[in-house]
Amino acid sequence: MGLGNESHQLLSKIATNDKHGENSPYFDGWKAYDSNAFHATKNPQGVIQMGLAENQLCFDLIEEWIGNNPNASICTAEGVNQFKYIANFQDYHGLLEFRKAVANFMSKVRGGRVSFDPDRILMSGGATGANELIMFCLADPGDAFLVPSPYYPAFVRDLCWRTRAQLIPVECHSTNNFKITREALEAAYKKAKDDNINVKGETLKSIVDFINEKNIHLVCDEIYAATVFRAPCFVSVSEVMQDMEHCKRDLIHIIYSLSKDLGLPGFRVGIVYSYNDEVVNCGRKMSSFGLVSSQTQHFLAAMLSDDKFVERFLAESSRRLAARHNHFTKGLEKVNITCLPSNAGLFCWMNLRSLLKEQTFEGEMMLWRVIINEVKLNVSPGSAFDCSEPGWYRVCFANMDNETVDVALKRIRAFVGKETEKPVEPKRWKSNLRLSFSARRFDENVMSPHMMSPHSPMPHSPLVKAT
Amino acid sequence: MNMLSRKASQGCHGQDSSYFLGWQEYDKNPYHPIQNSTGIIQMGLAENQLSFDLLKSWLRRNPDIVGLKNDGVSVFRELALFQDYHGLPALKNELVDFMAKIRGNGIKFAPEKLVLAAGATPANEILMFCLADPGEAFILPTPYYPGFDRDLKWRTGVEIVPMHCSSSNGFRITSCALEQAYQQAQKLHLNVKGVLITNPSNPLGITMTKTELNDLVDFAIDKNIHIISDEIYSGTVFNSPRFISIMEVVNERISVNNTTSIWNRIHIVYSLSKDLGVPGFRVGMIYSNNETVVAAATKMSSFGLVSSQTQYLVANLLKDKKFTFKYMEETHRRLKRRKEMLVSGLRNAGIRCLKSNAGLFCWVDMRHLLSSATFEAEKELWKRILCQVGLNISPGSSCHCCEPGWFRVCFANMSEDTLKVAMRRMKAFTDSNISAVNDGNKRVHC
Repeated sequence: MGLGNESHQLLSKIATNDKHGENSPYFDGWKAYDSNAFHATKNPQGVIQMGLAENQLCFDLIEEWIGNNPNASICTAEGVNQFKYIANFQDYHGLLEFRKAVANFMSKVRGGRVSFDPDRILMSGGATGANELIMFCLADPGDAFLVPSPYYPAFVRDLCWRTRAQLIPVECHSTNNFKITREALEAAYKKAKDDNINVKGETLKSIVDFINEKNIHLVCDEIYAATVFRAPCFVSVSEVMQDMEHCKRDLIHIIYSLSKDLGLPGFRVGIVYSYNDEVVNCGRKMSSFGLVSSQTQHFLAAMLSDDKFVERFLAESSRRLAARHNHFTKGLEKVNITCLPSNAGLFCWMNLRSLLKEQTFEGEMMLWRVIINEVKLNVSPGSAFDCSEPGWYRVCFANMDNETVDVALKRIRAFVGKETEKPVEPKRWKSNLRLSFSARRFDENVMSPHMMSPHSPMPHSPLVKAT
Repeated sequence: MNMLSRKASQGCHGQDSSYFLGWQEYDKNPYHPIQNSTGIIQMGLAENQLSFDLLKSWLRRNPDIVGLKNDGVSVFRELALFQDYHGLPALKNELVDFMAKIRGNGIKFAPEKLVLAAGATPANEILMFCLADPGEAFILPTPYYPGFDRDLKWRTGVEIVPMHCSSSNGFRITSCALEQAYQQAQKLHLNVKGVLITNPSNPLGITMTKTELNDLVDFAIDKNIHIISDEIYSGTVFNSPRFISIMEVVNERISVNNTTSIWNRIHIVYSLSKDLGVPGFRVGMIYSNNETVVAAATKMSSFGLVSSQTQYLVANLLKDKKFTFKYMEETHRRLKRRKEMLVSGLRNAGIRCLKSNAGLFCWVDMRHLLSSATFEAEKELWKRILCQVGLNISPGSSCHCCEPGWFRVCFANMSEDTLKVAMRRMKAFTDSNISAVNDGNKRVHC
């Protein structure tokens, strides 16, 4: 790769450090998947991808809508008259109809309990770009944000890499179902102050009091808002603000995207919604670095302002996610595997502590390698999310069809059955998975699905092989 | 405590300059042939609107793309899920072919050295993040695209050291000027990491000569620094001399001298916004011979990937080689004709332009219309042209030109009729101006 001394002098520190987070040992799980990807008929013994938080359950609804609405595309006979205007449109305000449609959608996702101002909607390159953008607006190099752990691994990259901001984890524990506590916030905040770190903000839901008191920002990443499939219903920070008498609105910012709720990560639709006018003005200019393709804005403006479609989609998506979640967790319960009780998201937080040979992160890694190599499931170990307790794994269930879910469950049942019968013995694995491992801190060990895989999630897609 | 970052609080995004103020005035009072025939004509926007009809008719002939089908099978799902930062392989293959074609097929580009980004704007910023630490600097020949102040400096903390070019030699780059800029950087204690050129030049509309490019390469070898060549206008060359890319010049060197280290410090930025006239689609890219840069830039492109549906559309468009060949030919023909209209219209008003062979604009010499050879006079003239004449053109000072009196005037973002109206207005202005040019007391308000 030519990472010689010369490279390091010639290039920037950012280009040559590891803060993009991709040199983590967990990358090996992806290699196992990529070299031996499961396929129902062509490779039924392959590795099943359960490390990718994608929502593949409702494409049929969108495809049907597309078929019925040819004017939403600038390529069809019905829509091509818009081609010139749209192809030429690079205004960083974004198409008004797009912003109105997104504001409308965001409101519907919150049951109509709040409304959003289209003029506060900023575009960005996916939630990845949105999170980085808000950091550039709020934090100087060296400033910090408190982030409850376990957290999405790529936050380290998104919030810190080019911005040079710091991420301070706020530990949550299974003893109270990983809820964020005031004590944990205070402890993290105090420690930062003692270490002379300037804390600028929080990325939590509903801890508005804390941030109001400390006069720091609150950034709420609500990217999974419409994946809530069961009570309690989703409460957005926008609703909390509405109900509070003295809330410093200037401190509140929402990050959103259509990648999870609509299952459209490829379209790169990230949104920054801020209640702070200065942030909106500055952020709008910064959005130049990651505008949403006008072709995509135009398409989504049409689809998301179709109220009937949106309502039907949200209801059906919820229903399918609930069914999938139920099927999967019931399947796990059959072999006494429990998950953190959940009502949203595209994954379960699975508790495998009873299967660890030792209640340490080494033990977690050992079990993880077994799951990759023997059970052939690519799941994500909790340490990748900076979880404070070993033995938790994130398992995605919405990125495959029903049959594949059943195959995964069968394998898990077989494995657990074997494991619970055998005496406790450490296993030696002759694999090319790296065993070197730092038990210390994991802020460098991140694994984010989309950035880890060098291929598209569907390895046999003709799109990936250049045709 | 300052609640926002310094980047958010300061005005260093560069958007307070006249370049953007002119846009604002236009937005308040835009020209329309029927509804607002006295409105301001936008000539400050370097857009290529001349060939949309060709794109539209291609779309009508290609229903497969429309139905998002590949051999009859819907690809919607795959596109919806495709977020691989390596980009759609089919698109990258077509882009390297397209780039090669623009350079007369004298260079071969490799798709694995290409990194996609949401426009040239993030592409340039990404290169800054990769090549320079905060406080380090890049040398840029002036006059340069005003957006560079934002794209290269704002969030990266990188500095720009201007290298002033003058009309005395047609604004060409010289070894002497490069060296002077370097010395100036030393005086300011700035560590220079490279030179960024725009070739063909914005705002000059000229392609660089081999001599200039070789002088630049000599300089970069001597100082052990990078060269970034923003070749975003490479497909708008409508007249000889032909376009010569930095890559061509460096390739020649390699075969002669076998010096490879400069090879690793050459980076090209490109985009489809100008050549294909699709700035809304946000299709930009970096091409680099340096593996480390490609690797780092690829990861950084996560912050602004190209929409997969757009990647798919463009890949299919470019795959139709017959179409793209015809498109480029026709676009060049139309650009040439349009430029000649502007040049002759201005000549008719007693105004000369720098002789140009590329771009979507002319670099216009209005020094003789200034009340004094100062930037204040240039600003006054600019305001008069904006408010009295009703043309939004870009003053040279917004491009950091060191000589007052030059303006960038765009010609490809309007109809022929509108251009004719603009030329008539200019003629009327200069006819009346001859008597009014010394009336320095006149205050102009929009």
